[in-house]
Formats: sequence, structure tokens, C-alpha cells
Amino acid sequence: MVAVTTDAGTERTFTRPRTALLLVGAAILLMILQYSGLLPAVLHRLPEAWIPPFAAWLDAAFTFVKDDLGLLAFTRFLTGGLEWVLDVTANLFFGQRRWPFLGPIPWTAVAAVAAVVGYYLGGWRMALLGGGVFVWTALIGQWKIAMQTASVLVVAAPLAFIIGLTLGIAAWKYAWVDRVIKPVLSVLQTLPFFTYLLPAVIFFKVGPTAGAVATTIYAIPPMVLMTTLGLQKVPEEVVEAGHMSGCSRWQLLRHVYLPSARTEILVGVNQVIMLSLAMVVLTAFIGMPGLGAKLLAMMGSFKLGRSFEIGVTIVLIAVMLDRMSKAWAIKQPEHFERGTPWWKRHILLLVGLAAFVFFCILGQFVEVATDIGRKQNFSKGSEIDDLMKGFLALDWVNAITSSIRYFLNVKVLIPFRNFLLSIPTPALILFVSAFALWLGGRRQALLAALFFSLVALSGWWDRSVITLYSVISAVALAMLFGLPLGIIAARSEKWSTRVLLACDTAQTFPSFIYLIPAIMLFGITDVAVIFSILIFAMVPLTRYTIEGLRTVPLEILEAADMSGATRMQKLWKVQLPLALPTMAVGFNQAIMFAFFMVIIAAFIGTQDLGQELQRTLAGTDMGKNFVLGICVSLMALTFDLTILKWANDQKRALGLGE
Amino acid sequence: MTQQTPVISCKNVWKLFGHDPKTYLATMPAGRGYEEIRSDGYIAGVKDVSIEVHRGEMLVIMGLSGSGKSTLVRCFSRLHDITGGTITVEGQDVMSLSEKELIELRRSKMGMVFQSFGLLPHRTVLENVAFPLEMRGQDRHQRRERAMEVIKLVGLEGREDYFPRELSGGQQQRVGIARSLAIEPDIWFLDEPFGALDPLIRREMQDEFLRLQGMLSKTIVFITHDFDEALRLADRIAIMKDGAVQQCDTPDQIVLHPATEYVRKFTEDIDKSRVVHASVLAKPDIVGTGEPVDAAMTVHKLAQLLVQDTREAIPVTREGKLIGAFRRTDALEILVGSN
Repeated sequence: MVAVTTDAGTERTFTRPRTALLLVGAAILLMILQYSGLLPAVLHRLPEAWIPPFAAWLDAAFTFVKDDLGLLAFTRFLTGGLEWVLDVTANLFFGQRRWPFLGPIPWTAVAAVAAVVGYYLGGWRMALLGGGVFVWTALIGQWKIAMQTASVLVVAAPLAFIIGLTLGIAAWKYAWVDRVIKPVLSVLQTLPFFTYLLPAVIFFKVGPTAGAVATTIYAIPPMVLMTTLGLQKVPEEVVEAGHMSGCSRWQLLRHVYLPSARTEILVGVNQVIMLSLAMVVLTAFIGMPGLGAKLLAMMGSFKLGRSFEIGVTIVLIAVMLDRMSKAWAIKQPEHFERGTPWWKRHILLLVGLAAFVFFCILGQFVEVATDIGRKQNFSKGSEIDDLMKGFLALDWVNAITSSIRYFLNVKVLIPFRNFLLSIPTPALILFVSAFALWLGGRRQALLAALFFSLVALSGWWDRSVITLYSVISAVALAMLFGLPLGIIAARSEKWSTRVLLACDTAQTFPSFIYLIPAIMLFGITDVAVIFSILIFAMVPLTRYTIEGLRTVPLEILEAADMSGATRMQKLWKVQLPLALPTMAVGFNQAIMFAFFMVIIAAFIGTQDLGQELQRTLAGTDMGKNFVLGICVSLMALTFDLTILKWANDQKRALGLGE
Repeated sequence: MTQQTPVISCKNVWKLFGHDPKTYLATMPAGRGYEEIRSDGYIAGVKDVSIEVHRGEMLVIMGLSGSGKSTLVRCFSRLHDITGGTITVEGQDVMSLSEKELIELRRSKMGMVFQSFGLLPHRTVLENVAFPLEMRGQDRHQRRERAMEVIKLVGLEGREDYFPRELSGGQQQRVGIARSLAIEPDIWFLDEPFGALDPLIRREMQDEFLRLQGMLSKTIVFITHDFDEALRLADRIAIMKDGAVQQCDTPDQIVLHPATEYVRKFTEDIDKSRVVHASVLAKPDIVGTGEPVDAAMTVHKLAQLLVQDTREAIPVTREGKLIGAFRRTDALEILVGSN
């Protein structure tokens, strides 16, 4: 800590890179001292006794808010209402014995309605997707668990939409709301999901209610941002036209602003749906039944076939929801010719209703149309399981996976982890600050020092470093694969679109899915953790690399060609420098994704913050849960702030706008 | 053009953009120029403008982009709050109106057409046109009837169920015009209505606009950056630069007697013979002989007569009454462009 303050003092006389170098130098000095055994233990790790009992303080604060201020009574009151709504959807979707005792809706009816909605939004292909997904889900024998998930989803997503929209309007209208909300949102977006789960459980009871609340909160931030963005983008003249038409304030919002921001708001809806799905699957960790819980159980008992099938179902549902909501966002109204009769204008609505009624009635008489029994489904779980395990046990496959595992573990990962753990705390803080100073600036460096010092003070330093180690090594490996892939794909129009489409699709998958191939290939090991983060983080890296390279203006490329640049020269001297700011955004997203995934990977068995976090879920240890969550959030925010600052600076310097 | 109490009257109007314009204006020394104000960190959108618009008149505000013409018209309708001075519309001080009164004024008296149309993309032509009527709470049947009337008026019959994006630029602006006319406003603001259209369509829309104005005779404030358009349409033209009005006069006078160097530059390339009317050249103290010409004739239209005639002075009549005569040589000078 002493080193930091003296450096801050001399900062003014030095340029940024030189100051950064100085910080690095100081850090290396500390490391040399450490390795030669000269460094006092106090400077290596903060002594236990110095660590303030944050968890206890937070606990006290929670108890105060919870009991003395009566928050718990209030939230339990809300829980009542929420529970009632969830009971209704549970009854309708999978026939839980609750009011209104109508359900379950036959799967044939749901599939038919989905097909009609799909047709309305995107023609025959979307109809096929919509209907097909539900038919698959039913035939594979996962109807009930899928509907358990859906019954929470249909409550949480609209709730997140309404709250997000309201907050977004408020943030757009009042500058002070915006100032308050923005930092809260960025913390919320970096907070590991386990930190959402525990308070949800404590305040809203275990089960669907807590699941719905955690899902809702998790899905709110992008809705707020998209609403604000959309409202800001409404053309000035349209607003003025509204004024001149004599709109009152409410009329202006209702009839001018909101409809004009329709596209952005619907993109927000898309994100709300996708995040809700991702989260609702993860609520398995607090015992929410559904697809997630089943997947968790199957992976836990290493049933690869069933895991795979559930994974396919989740992916299909994700793709369907994504495609449909995106189609809705870009759908433009079409006019009908004058004199078109009412039934013709609403033909699809009528067809949908008719199909729904028909299948509901059919379901009363034909058992299979309502419910596919245990023995009737087409699940090939155990066959696939045998196939996969047989394949993995083949000599050459086994040789490849185990040699990769051995090489990564022994030669790369473990040495790297031990190296990171051996660095004295102040030295690592210095390294990170130097990084932030070099890329971002003084403000970013100070925040980095502050954030990491807080992590040190939290008392979870070693576990934080292990988390950091997983993130860094996975992102580094992801770059090794993702960047060349992006560069090669960007060379042709055809491959760019293909790979971008693959990335877009992969990005809609709930993160949980990425664990499946990792576990399949590498079992329950450290390498599987890294591998699952790797594929998850590769997606944004590849995506933004292609995007950055493809958006280099054609004229600049032509100028390079006319200057006689070879392909390599053009790539290194022209394309990459111009694409770098965009690629940095991808890099940043990769790190954020990695921080997210590393926590989920706790399920496989890690020794980092995620593991501790997952353990807190079993109890009511809210203070500890928050301290751990904030540690992850602080580390993630440090990178987020620094890299985005750099990307924006570079974009401005290159005249690429914003 | 009748000269009663003005419909819109503004006195010493200022509109400054910046951190705290009110305080700045109060403490600003008199006679500060546009650039000086700018170096103080403020932009003078409208700078000390006094101007009147009379009933039934078409005032064209002409200026290049950034000259403050759009800002000025937005001050008239109080889309912008002015920093200093007073604007009265139909005898009411617009700055003293409450929000409710302002909405009432706009709902009953004002219509505005925008450069990029400002149409609501999610509403059909009919719903766009009926929008102001809907806002003031008219019932569905009535507003449909009235909207169809104006849609017919602008020649969009049969397109009323289309959405804006299904229409061409010219058609979209017809929707904009129809919407602004739906409430039968007394005052009609048009902010570069044809600026976003290509030249052929623009010409067609100008003719259409003159036809409408011939039927409706509203009080009009029309904004353009196109001097030809201004000359073609205006009863009076106000030429703006850096937020201030350089000259406000009839087209004839602006062409014949530009008040500043800036205005003269605009008039340089203009074929004056097409702008100047016989009435302006005619002086009551000159006595003409022979067959009179009509006051509304431009010099250009009289060209053949001027060249072939041999009279010294030619008499001019307006609506059959003699108003004076002009020297043939004066008119010829304008015709050959050497004045």
C-alpha cells in the first residue's frame, strides 16, 4: 500500500506509459523480494486480523433492514400475490392442483398456437420452428419440466418488461434518476447470479417465487437501457409534430414517444426474454423444478444422453424465443385494402383460436394429445449415453482428451495458478493498476487500485485470485482460437455471415448449456471448467473480430490495395488497427462472460469464489454471500471500465464515431 | 393582403442557446455581435428580431442553414421558449400562456409542416391526419370524416390506409400538409416543407401549395433556404443571417433595393424581370399614354411589348383603375439586367 501512495505523488511529472512502467517495476521489485524470502509476510498477504468483518457488518445491516424496517414483512406480502399468479400459470401449464383447475393445456394446443404465432411473425419457416420446438419437447418426454420452466418465465419476463420500461422512462425523463440508475445497473450486470439468488430466497421463499424474483431482477437492466436509448432516438421533428398537434404530456408519451421507440423497446423485450430464460434455468440451484433442475441432476450423475437431450430442448426453446421476438421487433405494419372484412383482417387470430379450442377439446378424448406418458415418449437418453461414453472410451479419443487434459493441467494451468497465487497482494494490485493506467487513464487506475484493495480487504483474496486465474487463462485460450477464426472468416462475405449467424445463435443459449460439452469431453475436472468458459467467451471474441474487420471502410481497403499492400500487410497495417477498438469491445464482453461462467462452473467443483458462493445458498449467510458477490463484481468492473474507456478513446481518435 | 392588427407580432426577440442564457442576456452589453456572443459561449439562434405577420399574408423567411430561421418559427409556436423580447399571437403573449392554454392554442389555431415530415410511423395516413383531432378528443366518426376531407384536398384519396413508409417522399409530405390542415388552423407554419424533396417534385408541390393557399387563404409563415422558392411564393420575404433579420420586404423591393451586401449577393444571379411587377415600377406622378398594362404583370411577361413599343411612359392599372405609369427605359434596364 505504501508503494501506491508514493507513486500517486510522482504521477504528475510522468507520462502515462512511463508511470505504468514504474508501477510494474515496483511490483516486480516486490516479487523479487518475495521470492528471495526478504518480503515481510504483512506485504505478501494481509494478516487475518486486519480484515474488517464486512460480512458481519452486512449481516447486521440486512437484519436491520429485514426485520426492524419490516422489509421482510413487506416482501412476504408481495410473495403472496406473486405466488397466486404463479399458481395460476402452474395450473394452466402443467396442471398443478391449484385454482383455476383448468390445466394442463394440452401440448398439441400449445404447439398449434406457437405455429400460428410463428406464421404471423415470420411465415412458414417460423411456423415450423414454433410448432416443431413444442412437438419435440413433448415427444422427447420433457413436456412437464419444460412447462414448469415456462410457467415461471411467463410471469418473470412480463414483470421485468414492465419494471424495466417504467425505470427506462423515468431515467430518460429525469436526469437524476439516470445518474442513480446507471451505476446500479452496471453493478447488477456484473454481479454473479448466485448473489441474486440468496436474497431472493430469503425475501421471497424457496421455490417458484424466489426463482421468479431473481429472474425478473436479472432481466431488468437491458430493458432499462434499451427503453432510454429508444426514447432518446425519437426524431426531434416527430416530437415537435406531436406538440403542434396539441398533445398533452401523457398523450405525447403514449402516442408519440413509445410507438416511435417501438423497435428499440422490442429489442429490449428480446433481451428480457433471453436473459429470463438463461436465469430461470439457473434457478435450479435454489431448487426451482424445471429444465434446469433436471439438467443439473443429469449432469451431476453423469448421464450424458439425457443431459444432451435436455440441452437440445433448452437450445431449441432459446432459438425459437429469440427468432420470434426479433421477428416481432422488425415487423412493420401492412395495410389492408379498403373494405376488407373483419374476419379477413384477423384471420390468423381466428385460426389460432380455433386450433386452440380444437386441440383442447380433442385432448379431452384422446389422452396422447394432452399428455405423453413415460413409456410413450421417444427419448433415446440411455442409447445416446452409451454411444457417447463408448465414443469417449475409444482408445484414440481417450488418448487425445487425456493428453490435452494432462498438458493443460500440468504444463499450463497449474503452474500459472501457482504463479498468480505466489504474487504478493500489493504487487498484483500494482500490476492491475498499471494495466488500467496504460489502457484507460488515471481515473481507471485509481478505481482499479481501489477495487482490488477492497477485494484484498474482503479476506477472500486467494479465492479471488483463483477466479481471476480461471478467467484470464480461459480468455487467453479463447483468443488463441477465436481471433484466428474471426480473421479467417472475415476474409469472405459468405463465411462472415455464416460464422456471425453461428455466433448470434450461440449467444442466445443459456450459459448453463456450455457445461454439457465440457463435462462430456473432460469429465469433472479443472480443464472442463476452463473449456466451458473458453467456448462461452470465444463467441463474442470471434463475433466482434469479424464485425470490426468487416466494417473497415471499403475506400481505405482500396487505398491500401492501390498502395501495393500484400494481403498480410493489409491485414496487419490497415485492417487490424482499425478493427481493434471494436475487437476490444468483444474482448471486454469475453471477460464479462468469463466472470459469469466461472461462477456457474462452481457446479463442476472449483476452489474459487463461485464455490463459496454456491455454498452460501444452502444457508442464510447473506453477508458472506454479498461480500463474495461484490468481489466478483469489483474485479469484473475494473476490466469493464478500463477496456471500454480504451475502446471509446481509440474510436474517437480514429474518427470512427462515439 | 389586408393590413389590420398583425396575427403574429414579435418585438426584440432573442433566443440564446447556452448554459444560462437568461442571465447572460440581462448582463450582455448592447450591440454585441454574433461572433462575440459565440466567444462568450452562447449561440444566438435568434438575435433581436422584430417582425410582424399580417392576416392572410404569406411571409417567407429565407436564410442559409444555421441562420436561425427554423429557430424563429419555433419561437412563434413556442416549441422553443424565447430568452428575451415578446411574441404575441392573436393578441396573446405566448410566453405567458400556461401549458394548458398553449395546448389549446395549438389545438385550435396552429398547424405546422416539417422538413422531414415528422409522421408517426405506426399510424396509417388516415390516423396520422386525424391525430390532432384525436388529441383534442373529437369522436372517431367526426375525425374520420374531417380527415378524409383533407386527404382528398391534398390528393391522397385511396391511400388513406397506407403506412408512411409505403409512400414516396412527396406523398409523405402531402400527409404532413393534410395533418397540419386537419384542425383548420388560422396560422400555418411550414418549415422547409419541400426541402427534402427532389427538384421536380418540389416544383409540383409548390404549385400544389399555391393552389391550396388560393383556396384557403391562411396566414402563413413559410421557411426556405431556396431564394427562388421564396420569390415564387412570398408576399413578403424576411432574409436572415446569424439569427438576425437583414431585410424584410416584398420580393420586388428586395430585388430592386437590397438593404445589405449580403442580400445583394442573393439577388445577383436572379432574373429580376421575373420578379419585378409593373405595379412597383409605376409612379403616380408620371403620365403615360396609350393602352395600359395590368399591375400584376411582371417585366418578363411584358418583354415583347417593352421591346416593340415606342412610348416613353406606359400607364398601369390595377383592377381597372389607373395607378400611374412607368418609364419604358426603367423596365428595359431591368429586362437586360443592367441597373
